[in-house]
Amino acid sequence: MIGLDFVLFLLGLMFAAVAALTFRDPTNPRRYSSALFWGLFALSFLAGKWLGDLTNGVLALSLALIAGLGGLSRGSGATTDAPTRTASAARFGWRLFLPALLIPGVALAGSLFLKYATVAGHPLVDPKQVTFVSLAFGVLLALAVALPMLRAKSPEPAIEARRLVETVGWAALLPQMLAALGAVFLAAGVGKTVGDLASQYLPLSTPLAAVCAYTVGMAAFTVIMGNAFAAFPVMTAGLGLPLIVQKFGGDPAVVGAIGMLSGFCGTLVTPMAANFNLVPPALLDLPRYAVIRAQAPTAALMLIVNTALMYLLAFHK
Amino acid sequence: MWSLLGIAVLVVGFVLRLNPLLVVVGAAATSGLLAWHDPVHSLAAFGKAFNDNRLVAAVWLVLPVIGLLERYGLQAEARRVVGGIRQATVGRLLLVYLVYRQITAALGLVAAGGQAQMVRPLVAPMAEALAEQQTGSPVNAQLARAHAAAADNIGVFFGEDIFIAMSSIVLIKSFLESSGISVQPLQLSVWAIPSAIAAFLIHGARLMLLDRRLTRSGA
Repeated sequence: MIGLDFVLFLLGLMFAAVAALTFRDPTNPRRYSSALFWGLFALSFLAGKWLGDLTNGVLALSLALIAGLGGLSRGSGATTDAPTRTASAARFGWRLFLPALLIPGVALAGSLFLKYATVAGHPLVDPKQVTFVSLAFGVLLALAVALPMLRAKSPEPAIEARRLVETVGWAALLPQMLAALGAVFLAAGVGKTVGDLASQYLPLSTPLAAVCAYTVGMAAFTVIMGNAFAAFPVMTAGLGLPLIVQKFGGDPAVVGAIGMLSGFCGTLVTPMAANFNLVPPALLDLPRYAVIRAQAPTAALMLIVNTALMYLLAFHK
Repeated sequence: MWSLLGIAVLVVGFVLRLNPLLVVVGAAATSGLLAWHDPVHSLAAFGKAFNDNRLVAAVWLVLPVIGLLERYGLQAEARRVVGGIRQATVGRLLLVYLVYRQITAALGLVAAGGQAQMVRPLVAPMAEALAEQQTGSPVNAQLARAHAAAADNIGVFFGEDIFIAMSSIVLIKSFLESSGISVQPLQLSVWAIPSAIAAFLIHGARLMLLDRRLTRSGA
């Protein structure tokens, strides 16, 4: 069965190639510590399963220390210049879009149909991981199409992957680190404490006040945790269910659905949601908070709208 | 109660713009130590969570393909394509992308977009080229790229909950069930529709305002 291990193996392979290329890159002013950084990251994908919790903790701590102490830098050159690219674009034209669109195309088709594929009675792909496996298939297929089409040499994908990985830099690890932090917060009882404080100290004697406290609480707690999924159980158990549903008779379906969407308003403005808000600036060569700034007005207005919608719709019976 | 200090470490670290990886590890150490009084247990808890979340990085698998195509002129071609459409503006392009992202996400097709797969190779260079065309100068390139990333996020956030099998819908359902309340996924997803429409109107209006701002700064 093709599952998690297959995707992790490919990731490990890719970051190992990045580490090897960085190690040999004389244009990178910190090539040894940078190569160590990407090498440790590759090790985590290839061997994380066998390392044990404490070793994995040491590994994560080492990665943070290398990046935090300025050990990570990038090389220059090693790609084509603007005139070459324009000439090449004129030569290949629309065909350049083909492999790029193959990735989402295969990912979509795979997540729809691969779930049902079986070989000798066993599922071909782990049904729980079908999206990630399909993404990996899409990437492999796109490479198989692009390499002969462009007559590219085989190390070029690795060279270009190194260029983009170095552009993204430490932000490549941040989503995973933050997910780990969320888990530690949860285990350490941070969420429950915040929920208890909110329900104890806020004056919530009317349905409107309760709805406001819940939607704003969802957004605010999501800002802290970086993830509406982490905020939802805490805030709903603390405010949504006991007050809006049980005390004031609100419809739990409305409260749950719009409560989650209020949390998403928080996701749009927090650096904690790194894969949405900090990785794009790294990918697009923007100031760190540029994407949050572009999203903030929409997030604020949507929080108001969600609060109004919940107040109007939850008590419809 | 004291474990809340981890949040304080996080906020202060982000405000001071220290390296976020260090800030995260510092916050985890603070909350872990205060909760368990045991550095080894805290480090192991963080290591286990780090290892459990490795799949978050799966999106980076697209980088070899995207980088290869960029080497052969993908972004240049994306620029050239939109440059040939006279009616195209940054706002209109991103409005179309917003709608595409909302509708595909509502059908469960979250993988139809994304920052590394769609925004960096296609949407951002298109938006940048249009901004340059509208204003006659490259000064607004950053603004255009930031809005390309924002349209992707906002589209998927306020579209995905209309799909009944989305993970957030499953979470809401199972949480309510554990509290003794039974709801059907469809009941939840219909209540996501009003917010989806509102998000389209609000962000769409902001994109039209962005166009006016860009055109005026070019005139």
